[in-house]
Amino acid sequence: MAIRLTKPWIPLEEGIAGLRGHLGVFQLADAQQQIVYIGFAGGNSLFGLRGEVTAMSKEIADSAFVRVEITTAYLSRYRELMMIHIADHGILPSANKLNKQPLTLGKMSPAG
Amino acid sequence: MNLNLTPEQDLIIGMVRKFVREEIIPLEMNLDPDADELPAADKARLVEKTKEMGLYGLDIPPAYGGPDIDLVTRTLIAVEMSQHRAGLYAPCYGTFGGAGLAQLFEATDDQKERYLYPTLRGEKRGFFGLSEPSGGSDPARAIQTKAVQDGDDWVINGGKLWISGADRADFGLVFARTDSDQGRNGVTCFIVDTDTPGFHVRRIVHTLRSANYATELQFEDMRVPASNILGKLNRGFAIANDRLTRQRIPYAAGCIGVAIKAQEMALEYVPQRETFGAPLSSRQAIQWMLVDNDIDIKQSLWLTLEAASKAEQGEVFRKEAAMAKLVATEAGGRVVDRCMQMFGGLGVAKDLPFERWFREMRIRRIGEGPSEVQRHVIARELLGASLR
Ligand SMILES: Cc1cc2nc3c(=O)[nH]c(=O)nc-3n(C[C@H](O)[C@H](O)[C@H](O)COP(=O)(O)OP(=O)(O)OC[C@H]3O[C@@H](n4cnc5c(N)ncnc54)[C@H](O)[C@@H]3O)c2cc1C
Repeated sequence: MAIRLTKPWIPLEEGIAGLRGHLGVFQLADAQQQIVYIGFAGGNSLFGLRGEVTAMSKEIADSAFVRVEITTAYLSRYRELMMIHIADHGILPSANKLNKQPLTLGKMSPAG
Repeated sequence: MNLNLTPEQDLIIGMVRKFVREEIIPLEMNLDPDADELPAADKARLVEKTKEMGLYGLDIPPAYGGPDIDLVTRTLIAVEMSQHRAGLYAPCYGTFGGAGLAQLFEATDDQKERYLYPTLRGEKRGFFGLSEPSGGSDPARAIQTKAVQDGDDWVINGGKLWISGADRADFGLVFARTDSDQGRNGVTCFIVDTDTPGFHVRRIVHTLRSANYATELQFEDMRVPASNILGKLNRGFAIANDRLTRQRIPYAAGCIGVAIKAQEMALEYVPQRETFGAPLSSRQAIQWMLVDNDIDIKQSLWLTLEAASKAEQGEVFRKEAAMAKLVATEAGGRVVDRCMQMFGGLGVAKDLPFERWFREMRIRRIGEGPSEVQRHVIARELLGASLR
């Protein structure tokens, strides 16, 4: 499994239409395809990824694209994506201050 | 061995049970089913409570400020502390504090100042870095990470796999080969600060356990001062082994706690749930599952308390600890599996804790030495040195 989420970005409307109620992680990007939010659909999420992406894209005005990864290890994968973002950019994605369930993050230095 | 609780044990167990049921479980119901931490304010409030109870830092020796509670009682407490959804790997979400890495009690005064005391004050966290991609069951032979002396420093190159919590740690114990001709007598334990140049957490290793996950580490020309050697040069394996033996007792206790809770839930459910016009509890197939659970739990508990009792009395307890770990991890898996079966669809849903216990319990038969290695340890004790 690649460490970074490298799937192609999908325009929001089309991306949401293709989603179902799976558990997993997702990233939202702005019009320039810069990551603005990293989230997860966990065991308490209504309608899984579809529900979470729909809700967060409404909250984050500049979100324009989405990409997802279906995984039952959503919590460890979510933390990994957040730590990789910090390693790559020095900060969390701009909209992650909206996090309802902040989790303690560690420090990673992914290769490559 | 006397299996009756003393009035003091009874009181302490009752307090911990009440704490788990009235403080932990209600908070847990609002968390993600895989969560391994409480919101900071809740944790701080509950830490104050465990301090008021006189039970904070349970495993810290009294000489270092811990409550003076014997190992048998601490084992009984560990059984209670795990009786909730996150209980296997995050018992009570850390609100009882921890003693950190037990080997640090053997450290030099300077090392204690830099690592042990900050850990006991909750300011620093450590990881235990033994296993490598080349194998974890037989680390004495498998360790390939190398340390080479250069002046007052050692330069470490290599990597570790499966290391829990290294990304959130301030330091860790890293076992490296310092003499390639000496097998188990050629491994040294280094205390490594995680901000040392050349220390890298490369990735999370995603497993059945999303909470308290494992990581992969890489060391590139990582310089560690000789003053950070824990214990003696080339004697690191004894440190690792001692830790693994001791850790088997609380490891078993956690499995027993989860099994007790699962059985309690099943005992409550089966008289209420009806199929084919009669409660599940009236069916012999269900009764036998409950009976087998009870036997599994009792066997595990007695073996684990025996190991704790021997350790408390300063006797050799290697065989007993291996038996406790082997039996409790395997029995715990069977109990959770049977309870899932009795709950039907609900048993495998994230609405209830069984599915998390099922996943995490499976890891217990591998982590801290797989079942086969425990049998190997027991066989060695039975047959003597010829098997070494
Ligand atoms: C989630 C997780 C967290 C972990 N955290 C840590 C940590 O924090 N620090 C750390 O150092 N390690 C950690 N480990 C590593 C763990 O201790 C090892 O996975 C374990 O010791 C087994 O090593 P291995 O995976 O390399 O399997 P191997 O050593 O390759 O063994 C594979 C299998 O072979 C069998 N086997 C082995 N020896 C024998 C034998 N003599 N006879 C018969 N069969 C045998 C067993 O079934 C074993 O499962 C963690 C592991 C996991 C899964």
